[in-house]
Amino acid sequence: MLAVNFLLLAAVLFCIGVFGVIARRNAVLVLMSIELILAAVNLNFVAFAMMNDNIDGQVFALFVIAIAAAEVGVGLAMVLMIYRNRKSIALDGLSEMKG
Amino acid sequence: MLAVEDTHAALELSSGWFLENAWLIALIPAIGFALIIGFGKKMPMKGSEVGLASMAASLVIATGAGIQWMQRTDSASHGDAEAIGGAFSGVRGALSASESGQVEPYIEPVVTQWVWWQNSGLEFGLGSHIDGLSVLLLCLVAFISLLVQVFSLDYVRGDRRYTHFFAALTLFSSGMLVMVMSSNMVQLILGWEIMGLCSFMLIGHWWEDAYNSHSALKAFFTVRVGDVGLLVGTAILFFGANDFAVANLDSNGFDIRAIQAWALSGEGSSWTLIMASSALFIAAIGKSGQFPLHTWLPDAMAGPTPVSSLLHSSTMVVAGVFLVARIYPVFWEGFNIANGGVSFIAVIGGITIVVAALLAFVQDDIKKVLAYSTVSQLGYMMLGLGTGAWLPAVFHVFTHAFFKCCLFLAAGSISHSGSHHSFDMKKDMGGLRKFMPVTFGAWCVSTLALTGVIPFAGFWSKDEIIDNVGANGYTFLFWVGLVGAALTAMYMTRATYLTFFGEPRGAAAGIHHDDAGHDEYATEFREVVISSTDLVAALPKSLSAAANVPGDDIEHDAEGDPAHGGHHADEHDDHGPHESGKLILFPIVILAFLALTSGFVNPTPLAGDALGANLGEGVELLKKYVEPRYEPVAIGEAAGHAGESIQLLELAPLSAAEAGADGKDAYATGCGRSTPEPGTVCFFPKVKHAVPELSKILLSLGVVALGYAAAIGFCMAFYKNKNPRLVGLTERSRIARGGYLFLKNKYYLDVLYQNVFVYFVSRPLAKATYWVNQNVIDGVVNGVGTSGKKAGNWVYNNIDQKIVDGAVNASGTVASETGHGLQPVQSGKVNQYGALLFGAATVGAIVLVILNVS
Repeated sequence: MLAVNFLLLAAVLFCIGVFGVIARRNAVLVLMSIELILAAVNLNFVAFAMMNDNIDGQVFALFVIAIAAAEVGVGLAMVLMIYRNRKSIALDGLSEMKG
Repeated sequence: MLAVEDTHAALELSSGWFLENAWLIALIPAIGFALIIGFGKKMPMKGSEVGLASMAASLVIATGAGIQWMQRTDSASHGDAEAIGGAFSGVRGALSASESGQVEPYIEPVVTQWVWWQNSGLEFGLGSHIDGLSVLLLCLVAFISLLVQVFSLDYVRGDRRYTHFFAALTLFSSGMLVMVMSSNMVQLILGWEIMGLCSFMLIGHWWEDAYNSHSALKAFFTVRVGDVGLLVGTAILFFGANDFAVANLDSNGFDIRAIQAWALSGEGSSWTLIMASSALFIAAIGKSGQFPLHTWLPDAMAGPTPVSSLLHSSTMVVAGVFLVARIYPVFWEGFNIANGGVSFIAVIGGITIVVAALLAFVQDDIKKVLAYSTVSQLGYMMLGLGTGAWLPAVFHVFTHAFFKCCLFLAAGSISHSGSHHSFDMKKDMGGLRKFMPVTFGAWCVSTLALTGVIPFAGFWSKDEIIDNVGANGYTFLFWVGLVGAALTAMYMTRATYLTFFGEPRGAAAGIHHDDAGHDEYATEFREVVISSTDLVAALPKSLSAAANVPGDDIEHDAEGDPAHGGHHADEHDDHGPHESGKLILFPIVILAFLALTSGFVNPTPLAGDALGANLGEGVELLKKYVEPRYEPVAIGEAAGHAGESIQLLELAPLSAAEAGADGKDAYATGCGRSTPEPGTVCFFPKVKHAVPELSKILLSLGVVALGYAAAIGFCMAFYKNKNPRLVGLTERSRIARGGYLFLKNKYYLDVLYQNVFVYFVSRPLAKATYWVNQNVIDGVVNGVGTSGKKAGNWVYNNIDQKIVDGAVNASGTVASETGHGLQPVQSGKVNQYGALLFGAATVGAIVLVILNVS
């Protein structure tokens, strides 16, 4: 099995994720896009681990999954708070962080 | 830090607990001082018990150390006898051992030392250096201090600063003990200065009286003049001896043994030694009241009598003598005493003897007579040291302490109980021998000791000094010493006559009339006193009514016969003269006993023969145990420890026959006479001991007797019979008046110091200083100020405002503008941030790829 297949899939997933992050206005969908990016990264880790016959990459993949879960937890909590304050989760209306 | 360095000599000298822990002797009174100051006022006896207990403890340890030092010396002799093979006899003969060809080994002092502080590789030690001289003075100081404190219990009872008095007295003794046992010059200075401070506190004890506080200041400052010499001398010695000490003895230039060895090693230049010894002797002049700086000593009488007694017998004034005796090799070499050089020390000592003795003739204050007598006796000690008579001088320190302390305490007893707190012999004394028989007896014994009458202590020591001065070739100073002895006899006779004989005068007459009743003046005085209310209050109640009748004899008979003074010991002294209490008499009697007997510690052999007593060998205890032996000792490798590496060198420069046949040649070589051989050092010069001759002893006794005869004759004629040719002589004869005034004004030395030095030197100096201050210094200061202000203004206008502020403002502006420029980036839109993030990541990735590929 060629590792390149996995890498191509990962690249596609990554691009979809990046597009989602940049283009989507819904905060939940942005978070989901980030999950896609992380999934792409995990796929890369696992693919390279298999290719190099090294278990380190798989360990890192598990590690990233754990971090991602935590990150989503924080992100969804923030989204919930934003919704409570503004009755909307549209990101283009959020410009309080404007410098 | 607490590394005890014990020097164990290879000689197998015995040591002991007391010798190695001798530092306790000084530490205990120091702790006692702290306790008295801290808790004294709450104690049942107001702190005096702590002072007494600490002095008693010191005395016990000092005595123990003394006994162990004797054992150590004996053990050296015996051990050595075995080592040499029995050639050496342990018992010392009448003559010096080396004179009879025996080698007596140098006895290593017991040094216990801690590092006090260190600086750039130089260690300043604090500890004890115990040899014969230290042990002698430690015992002496502790003993005299204890007796003086016992005396003070009664004497200053009820004083408003009773606790402080005992605290200062204890610290004073502690200072002297620290100095006596010091193993290096820094510790010596420490003890020296503690004493200086305490003497100030004690002389000015009753500082409410302006005279007392002036006297305290005078004592402090006069001694201070000399102290400059001590610091300078110590510095010179350090720089001179340090290299030698580091290379040979593994110590530094402050160490006393190193200084002794260096001075005798011949490595120091004679110029350095002269400078050092002159500077140090100036310190001794100040402290020991030698001629030009003796003026503080009589004024120090302003302090309470126990203070005078302690100050003048065993502490303070002896410190200067001790300094010279301790680092004697420096003076030996510096002043070339070995070759009979007319040394600074001997000349000053000789001048002091005569000058002070003459001054004692015109004093009316009994304590001042004794003060000048002390100065004169210190002159003897210095004379002895300056002419190579080391042992007699130290011996005189020893005996003088007892009889002078006794005389002062007797004077205190007189003023306490006999003359109503007056010290004026002419106004308030006279005829006291009947009222105060014990004090009178003690006074007489001490006076005989002081004047050097044969069985008494002063004879053995003073005569030995005079004898040795003559034997060492100083003929003129020998006669000076004899004249001084005659003068001593005269002024002491005068003082004794005025105090104890004749008709009672003033306070001494008191209210008693049994032998003064026919004296008009005394009767008059009695009536004045008897009508005073406090006297009535003091009388028994049943007689108080009768007491109002002047001149009534009955009540006085009822009081008991005042001649048997003991009856009045417990009463206050308003009753007129009576004997003092037991606490006052006890120390006086002990000291009088010692004034009689302490001379037998080191009697000259011939004198023993002359007395018909075969004192035998080993009788010169001080010579055997106190005087350091002058044999050179070998020093090991520089790396080794000084004490451990020193070995006995079986060096016999002369055979017994040679030395015995021609005693003079024995002094051609040896320590202090010639440079010690390589690999050996000397710690003490080879001093000569005069062989006593009956003719010289008779000569000095004759001189003293002559002095007594002249003085008694004069006193009878002048004071008793009021010989018209003598009375009023000072009014009639210009020469006599001139001489009297010259002495009365103390050679105008105080006038010289105050009017010439202070007025003509300090005042113009002060004026010049003021002018310089106003014109030069103020001008400089103002100029500096003005130019500083101008420079400041320029800096403010140009550098501060333009450059510094410009730079600060510019950086602020740049930051502000950059922020404004980058403001649009911070849109607040999360998507945009994400885009930027990924864009940056992409750019980064591309850069990485390009870099890795190429």
